[in-house]
Amino acid sequence: MQRFSFLSLARNALSHHEGWHRAWRSPPLRDTYDVVIVGAGGHGLSTAYHLAKEHGITNVAVIEKSWLGGGNTARNTHTIRANFLRDVSIRFHDVSVKLYEQLSRELNYNILFSQRSMIDLIQSWGKLRDLRRRSLAMALHGPAYDLIPVDEVRRRIPAMGDLAGVRLPPLAGMAHPEAAMARHDAVAWSYARAADARGVEIHQHTEVTGFLRDAHGRVIGVETSRGTVRAGQVALATAGNTSHVAAKAGLSLPLVTRNLQAFVSEPVKPIIDVIVNCPDVGLYVMQSDKGELVIGGGTDPIPSYRQGSHVATFEDVVASLVELFPRFKALRMLRQWGGAIEFAYDASPIISKTDVEGLLVSTGWYGGFKSIPVGGLTYAHLIATGAPHPLAEAFGLDRFTGLRFLLEAGTVAQR
Amino acid sequence: MLQISCPWCGLRPEGEFVCLGEAVPPRPDPAALTAGEWAASLANRANIRGLHAERWWHVRSCGRILTIWRDTVTHAIAPGPDGTAAPEAAP
Amino acid sequence: MTARRLAHGGIIERSQPLSFRFDGMELSGFAGDTVASALMANDVALVGRSFKLHRPRGFFGAGHEDGVMVSRLSPRAATNQLATVTPLEQDATYVSVSTWPNARHDIGAAAQWFSRLLPAGFYYKTFMLPNWHLFEPFIRGAAGLGRVPDPAWEPVSESRFGDCDVLVVGAGPAGLAAALTAARSGTSVMLVDDGEAPGGRLVLDGIDDGGWVSRTKAELEALPHVRLLRRATVWGYHEHNLLTVIERRPADAPDLDFRNWKIRARQVVIAAGAHERPIPFADGDRPGVMLASAARSFLHRHGVLAGERAVLFANNDSARGAALDLAKAGAAVTLVDIRPDAGGTAAAALAQRGVTLIAGGCVLRAIGSRRVKAVEMRHADGRLATLPCDLVALSGGWNPAFHLASQSREAKSVWHHDLATFVASHGEGRFRLAGAARGVFEAGACARDGMEAGQAALRAVDREGPAIDLPDLDDPFVARSVAPLWFVPPRRRRDKVFVDLSGDVTTADLGLALREGYDSIELVKRYTTAGMGVDQGKSGNVNVIGIVGALTGQATERVGTTTFRPPYVPVEFGAIAGARHKARLYPWRNTPLTDWHLARGAVMYEAGLRWQRPGFHPLPGEDWQAAASREARAVRNGVGVYDGTPLGKFQLKGPDVGKLLDLVYISDFGKVAVGRGKYGVMMTDDGLIMDDGVAFCLAEDRWLLHSSTGAADRVHAHLEQIVQVHRPDWQVSVIPVTTQWANATVCGPRARDVLAALEPDFDISRTALPFMGMVEGHLGTIPVRVFRVSWTGELSFELNTPARHAAALWEMVMAAGEPFGITPVGSEANHILRVEAGYISTGHEVDGTADPHDLGLGALVSATKPDFLGKHAMAMRRECDPERFELVGLLPSDPDRSVLEGAPLTPDGDKVDQEGFVSACVRSVALDRVIALGLLRDGRSRIGEVVHARIRHEIVPLRVVAPVFHDADRARVRS
Repeated sequence: MQRFSFLSLARNALSHHEGWHRAWRSPPLRDTYDVVIVGAGGHGLSTAYHLAKEHGITNVAVIEKSWLGGGNTARNTHTIRANFLRDVSIRFHDVSVKLYEQLSRELNYNILFSQRSMIDLIQSWGKLRDLRRRSLAMALHGPAYDLIPVDEVRRRIPAMGDLAGVRLPPLAGMAHPEAAMARHDAVAWSYARAADARGVEIHQHTEVTGFLRDAHGRVIGVETSRGTVRAGQVALATAGNTSHVAAKAGLSLPLVTRNLQAFVSEPVKPIIDVIVNCPDVGLYVMQSDKGELVIGGGTDPIPSYRQGSHVATFEDVVASLVELFPRFKALRMLRQWGGAIEFAYDASPIISKTDVEGLLVSTGWYGGFKSIPVGGLTYAHLIATGAPHPLAEAFGLDRFTGLRFLLEAGTVAQR
Repeated sequence: MLQISCPWCGLRPEGEFVCLGEAVPPRPDPAALTAGEWAASLANRANIRGLHAERWWHVRSCGRILTIWRDTVTHAIAPGPDGTAAPEAAP
Repeated sequence: MTARRLAHGGIIERSQPLSFRFDGMELSGFAGDTVASALMANDVALVGRSFKLHRPRGFFGAGHEDGVMVSRLSPRAATNQLATVTPLEQDATYVSVSTWPNARHDIGAAAQWFSRLLPAGFYYKTFMLPNWHLFEPFIRGAAGLGRVPDPAWEPVSESRFGDCDVLVVGAGPAGLAAALTAARSGTSVMLVDDGEAPGGRLVLDGIDDGGWVSRTKAELEALPHVRLLRRATVWGYHEHNLLTVIERRPADAPDLDFRNWKIRARQVVIAAGAHERPIPFADGDRPGVMLASAARSFLHRHGVLAGERAVLFANNDSARGAALDLAKAGAAVTLVDIRPDAGGTAAAALAQRGVTLIAGGCVLRAIGSRRVKAVEMRHADGRLATLPCDLVALSGGWNPAFHLASQSREAKSVWHHDLATFVASHGEGRFRLAGAARGVFEAGACARDGMEAGQAALRAVDREGPAIDLPDLDDPFVARSVAPLWFVPPRRRRDKVFVDLSGDVTTADLGLALREGYDSIELVKRYTTAGMGVDQGKSGNVNVIGIVGALTGQATERVGTTTFRPPYVPVEFGAIAGARHKARLYPWRNTPLTDWHLARGAVMYEAGLRWQRPGFHPLPGEDWQAAASREARAVRNGVGVYDGTPLGKFQLKGPDVGKLLDLVYISDFGKVAVGRGKYGVMMTDDGLIMDDGVAFCLAEDRWLLHSSTGAADRVHAHLEQIVQVHRPDWQVSVIPVTTQWANATVCGPRARDVLAALEPDFDISRTALPFMGMVEGHLGTIPVRVFRVSWTGELSFELNTPARHAAALWEMVMAAGEPFGITPVGSEANHILRVEAGYISTGHEVDGTADPHDLGLGALVSATKPDFLGKHAMAMRRECDPERFELVGLLPSDPDRSVLEGAPLTPDGDKVDQEGFVSACVRSVALDRVIALGLLRDGRSRIGEVVHARIRHEIVPLRVVAPVFHDADRARVRS
């Protein structure tokens, strides 16, 4: 792998940047691999990388129906955080944050990882109770999530307006210093480049159309738009479309796909330094390095793969935005989009073998950008060893057969 | 934002309704199912990418729950496949 | 002086001069100018700096395809105002954005010296050591356009719904013809146009229409079923033909800045025109280089001649119209057309009218930095030449504006060989494209196309539209047989060819992306940021696609297109929010007693589902704890009253109500007599508690069900789904009556005394009205339903009365209770009282993970019912997961040590996984000490043990006790 550094940049500048290598190869599709990963998004590529790195499994194809990183990796709001309620969720995401902290150096690709802190605005007493419970649970395991008074909230978010008379006046905040953002596309690209360098093959524009089964029903490969590929194991990393793909193997999963929309403003000079999240009204806002305000809210209220904008939800988010930040009223929305995200029945992830032998799933990420490194680490472990990674033991599908849900959401947020 | 045809009230804006999600079949008799089937019936969903049957509750109007076929990719509301009615379509 | 205002022409008011400032210069313009046209008229060519390299920039387009922003300091301070669409205002002060000290002299321009180090994605390759954090502040500071002012302009906006049979987007020749055709049939039409006045290209390109535009406008305006919106842009095309429109400074509402429309149209005609695209060439981003259509638009709309010595560089005929117009206005014009066969008879005709045509020529490079001074070019025979000029106008072909069709998801883009651009396929009948938006460029043909689109739209709504009289339009020069030229390769490697001016993206950047393997068009776009700037690639995107095709050896149509995402033009957030703010954002739900509480200084809480309820009623000098304790003591020792109105209430009616209750509640409801009630716990079918409440039997077939406040909507949906979906054969109706009945709950040992003083016309004795009994009657003249339910652990009467009597009843209760010291009670005191009594609460103990056994309610679970919701799931879960978190009471060793609600319980207080948590903690008034409830693994078998709450660095020991601290035998409740 060609090293990236300031020196290499300067050296290549002299030759008009003609000397840069391809970030990943485009090898011919072979007919057999040890592992086929379906989906070249963040999770699929991270899984491939970890298979090669930790387990020495490099005879791996990552098969992508479109361009790499073009699913939810391209459609999220690049937030990384570990503020969860359940012990296993906290530990899992804490490891994700720590892996992210090292990622640029580990993969030699600057993903613009920026720990800017997240401030959860508390606008109801019920939310205070919920988030304080979260905060104290997190204190057991490491990541900080500290109650800060409303004056401190205002000091750290000076762009907020005069709060007199707002519908749900902020009562306090929770500060989560580990929270970060990163350049979302670069996360996929960096993993793709590193996985490729370790021998993994990435096949874009190759759609899985079905599964190859043996006489016992075991999945032994995939049918693709470019031909049949045999594989020892087939691992789905097809966020948004997992139900659709798994159905081709006759597998039914406890998933619902919903649209999560987001939008950005035209770029402005730095005005918001932290990631502001307002769970009571369903709004978050942060500023990208480019200067755009990146804004989102809750998921749309209907099952959807449309990847668009539900107008009523969108207007709620915008109304909440200008309620807290009246000075943004004259700013303009530049671009909006939606991503198809998957919710498991209990709103926790699934990293698991399935009832179909040879077929594995990593799903239920309801916005899995934050989990890409640890998701790949633990999924690769399951694929390579056949046993769940200690961090992800709770994320098996068996929890649904025993109805032992891992209810991350806890109480439902109320307006 | 959708426009939904309520058999009682006509074509109405989505804001009058609450989406109740995929039209799962009426609750089976748990005694007739194995534990595994019962667990699956609770949590598993077809989650179809394409035309699926779903329920809407016309709560801000007539109060009836109706079932429609809607394409989850385009959001177009259409007749069911082969003209079939939705599972226990509204009267 | 080179660019200048002409004495005549344009749709500006020369009688209304406006003075303004830009970057410290005192300038003047006219009413009707945009900021851009006024600056051009003053020959201010350098108006901004590019996003990344801070190269000097001027106006490149004349509308939304341009990217030059300014900040307006006054009036109404706002940043990122697109100069080409921002109306000029009297005495306004504008400054360029992201420049220091100004656009002409800009420190940031030093970035150009390092441009070799700043190729596409340079930041991905460096700034990793030691850490991105070290570099990020500089990058952030350098990025961004304007600074959000403080205070900032807060535009006044509203939202409005619209409905029509035919919505026409754009009032150019096609749109006007479509609207007129549709309107004459009598159907409802909305015509939305983003110009000051209709006409579109007929105005911008100065095409003589013989008065057709004004006649059509007059006819449309006179029709009552037609609405014409000007200064309005359709920005979104959503599912089910919902279109969103931003209307700026609505003509009918001078006090409004914006109106955001949501229009549901049966049929849509998209006649949004087309965007001209440039021909990228070396240094082709210099001020003075612009689109030919922009030069033409400045001329015809604003009476501004953009330069006196113009070079037009084109690959199609449309530039000839611009060339002739500029020549007619007094400029010396040379037209360089790359097509070798462009000459012939046309050359002579053009020469006659003052335009020199150079066929087969190619412009290679712009000379001049702050303003173009000349271009270097190559003649057909290979000769190089330098043409002095102060204006370069480009026409590389036209991109039909089918963005909205693409947003609708019902159109695909297809390659049009002759026009060398993408056009859209038609949809599935909900919309049609017309005129330039579908690649029909000649103005007369556009009008015909519009008429036909109008007729087709009418047919789709079952109407007929006869043909209209079409105007006679002379528009000989349009983009036909375009010779695609995606860029002119630079002669020197160091020359930059910009393909995306907003994002500062060059052909070298595209080449680098492709070399590095970012080879699908979406990857190229994301890696280089091409098309992601403020113009969202309106003019440059097709060139990017063409260049990618050229560099990868693919046919352009094989490269594919990127997604057109809303909004079509940027939209102000204030406009989208409309009038929704403060209480209109999420309206409060108030009880008839809210005013009474507020008048007495109650601190109000959000009690769930937007209900306002008193938290506590502080007396002077009291804090919340003192007030809550006083209120709770009043209930324990005397009498209190609280407003229970927000509780969810449902009337269930029909012969099968009993079956419904037996299905949704865990207990047997069959044995409840008329006039009696029962406490019930409701589970979802997955065996987890969703709510608890009571149900009273009013008659055999009529019950009243109470839910908790926050769960009322969920419970309603739950019941309706059972009745309508799962048990449609049952005859039950569910009627929400929450707001019809107000509720004053009188509670405490003296509650019966207060009730007696209220002149009840019914027997209130313990035998006649026992615990869980009810009665209907009157207190004085006020009709009431009285329920004996308690959530406080005291004798308690819930007085329910129709909402209109609430205030009178409340006043009566307060008066009758005065001798007994009756005290209004808020939710803080309620919380103390229920914790003392060991009653569970949604959001505390009921946290979505508990079942009835966990919360000590196992005795309520029917042993005889074969089935009820949650029964089977609960049994399955308990079988494989016997170690449950169970409800316990907790007493801190230090009786004054309160524990944060939510505090985790861990073995020995170590930082390990939780074995439970503290769900509620209050200062008990009955025990005068801190008490708590919690959920603890295997808790019921651990009574007497000491467990530990871990609160960050602190460990708080707690003794496990039974979860009831007051009235354990419920004697007081039943008194």
